[in-house]
Amino acid sequence: MRQVKRLTPRNDPAPSRWSYRYQRLMLTPLFRKMVFLGLPLGICLGLGAAYLSQSENRDAIARAYSDMRERIETRPEFMVNLLSIEGASREIEDDIREIFPHDLPASSFDIDLEAVRDMIVGLPAVAEAHVRVRQGGVMVADVIERVPVAVWRSRDGLGLIDVEGILIGELFARSDRADLPVIAGEGADSEVVEAMALFDAARPLGAKVRGLVRMGERRWDVVLDGGQRILLPETGAVRALERVIVLDDVQEMLSRDLVAVDMRLAARPTIRMNTHATEEWWQAKSLRSGTSEE
Amino acid sequence: MIELYDTQRAMRNMRRAAMQRGVVAVLDVGTSKIACLVLRFDGSDRLREAEGVGALAGQAGFRVIGAATTRSRGVRYGEVCTMGETERAIRTAIQAAQKMANIRVDHVIACFSGADPRSYGLAGQVAIEDTMVSEQDISRVLSACDVPDYGEGREVLHAQPVNFALDHRSGLIDPRGQIGQDLAVDMHMLTVDATAIQNLAHCIKRCDLELAGLASSSYVSGISALVEDEQELGAACIDLGGGSAGVSIFMKKHMIYADSVRIGGEHVTGDISMGLQVPQATAERIKTFYGGVVATGMDDREMIEIGGETGDWEHDRRTVSRAELIGIMRPRVEEILEEVRVRLDAAGFQHLPSQQIVLTGGGSQIPGLDGLATRILGQQVRLGRPLRVHGLPQAATGAGFASAVGMCLFAANPQDEWWDFEIPVDRYPARSLKRAVKWFKDNW
Repeated sequence: MRQVKRLTPRNDPAPSRWSYRYQRLMLTPLFRKMVFLGLPLGICLGLGAAYLSQSENRDAIARAYSDMRERIETRPEFMVNLLSIEGASREIEDDIREIFPHDLPASSFDIDLEAVRDMIVGLPAVAEAHVRVRQGGVMVADVIERVPVAVWRSRDGLGLIDVEGILIGELFARSDRADLPVIAGEGADSEVVEAMALFDAARPLGAKVRGLVRMGERRWDVVLDGGQRILLPETGAVRALERVIVLDDVQEMLSRDLVAVDMRLAARPTIRMNTHATEEWWQAKSLRSGTSEE
Repeated sequence: MIELYDTQRAMRNMRRAAMQRGVVAVLDVGTSKIACLVLRFDGSDRLREAEGVGALAGQAGFRVIGAATTRSRGVRYGEVCTMGETERAIRTAIQAAQKMANIRVDHVIACFSGADPRSYGLAGQVAIEDTMVSEQDISRVLSACDVPDYGEGREVLHAQPVNFALDHRSGLIDPRGQIGQDLAVDMHMLTVDATAIQNLAHCIKRCDLELAGLASSSYVSGISALVEDEQELGAACIDLGGGSAGVSIFMKKHMIYADSVRIGGEHVTGDISMGLQVPQATAERIKTFYGGVVATGMDDREMIEIGGETGDWEHDRRTVSRAELIGIMRPRVEEILEEVRVRLDAAGFQHLPSQQIVLTGGGSQIPGLDGLATRILGQQVRLGRPLRVHGLPQAATGAGFASAVGMCLFAANPQDEWWDFEIPVDRYPARSLKRAVKWFKDNW
């Protein structure tokens, strides 16, 4: 029984010339780098460039991008439905709603909070404002109003003025804000703080004080009822006013027939009397002198 | 004389270029196997070049990054006999080594064992022009050597100055800068068949590689298998290869004789194949597994199954005792060693102060060979394995890789050969600039 055995021809391990050359080429560092890095990169770039060279493809990409952006921006989580204003009076709230530039509901991506804040602060009656978007699509504007401290009478009419001298609003009649003191005169609005100090100092005079007038943009006059005036110096006005009040307390000076008390020179307070009072004074003086002569 | 070395100079330049690039392959074209090692030079020893021999005897500068071996085809007696087959075998080895190294190799340094090497001792003497020995004097004394008529169709493979003598002082390694009158040189020249070189160069060229150096296999295996003091004191290295046995004698770190015997391990295999009636491949296998040269009583009882594929049951189940196998191998090994002895005697090895003989190569792995060699060659015989070099795989550390490893050392720091020195000025072409410079120096 003869076994059939496959006589394997001795196989030649030698690579063919071309496979040898190919392997050598692939082992060349630069070539290998080019094939494994440069070629895929080139193909990717080429395909990308070819795709983008068609204008409709570019448009489609831009459209898809803007669509997606739109879809995200208009999600209910990002929508602002309501504007709530806190800390403002009725009229200012109406003003803010009037100037608010967006139609609600709007996406919070479109609303520039900083611009809205600047716009609200731009209103004369608003001192400070904070704007934020709260959860639930509510836009909250925290407003701090300017507090009127005085009525400013000027050539254009009456106005309300705050402590920084900013005109808050018009006033039609003095009696609308009878609780506030009146200041007048050119440049009065820039010295409201001093005016308020003077009003504080003049509190003992009570309802006699009509208001303050700024004279020549440098000093104050206190106007009392009956047209009496207290002329205050440029510096130390409060102190001078207090002196007048003390004099009044002691000698009831202001209830006498005076036109003005001139405190401009602190060393020499001067009073100006009425014509009638002066004549009376002269007469009394001559009488006394007559008797004294006799 | 000068034109002769143009190719050698070209190869030296190529080798320098390869060192610059950092990667070079060494190729040992043997009869039974072709080994290829890929070396990477990291340039670390170039810094130390000024200080003489660097660390690890100058082996630190390179690293083996790829190694491959393939069965050799088309090579007989260490010479290329079938170009196509050899080319394919070289291609196989190079490709595998490149793959392991993962880098492309363009320069290759090759060695072969055959091509009938012949050694010549040359002597030359000149009077020194100045009082001091200059580079030009060395060039002149090298050119003054009387070159023997080594025959048509032969090529100089190695031409190394072995010894310089200045006046009455001999044994100078580097006479430059010394003062004397007469400079003499002893040179060792090795010639081989030009056709063998051309065939090998052509095979390598067909593999798209540049030949950056050639060496004799006996020389390079001597470099790797002999330890430093053996090279210094004098020793013979016998490289028992597949198709030929190389003989080289070293003295004072220079090779002073090289030869090869055209009998090798394949002849032993052939004897076994004929004696046992088995194919060559089976005979090779039996030789490597069970071979030996000294029979003992135990070997009579150790039976070896020969095997076979003829289909004849009786024929395929023959056995042979190991003693019989040794009986076949021993006469052939003795013949090789006796032939080596003849060569050594012809070279005058017995007059050397040291009689050390080192056996290396694949054939030296036969068990009991050192005992047999002691009887034939003399008492001081040892088996040598190649030096360890960086990165050499374990598979390539055996005695069979002595010449491959030696090629690495040869590539890393070659000895100065004739063509490494300057060309003497009077041999320059008439219109050379150097010649003009020399004329100025002489006359002003």
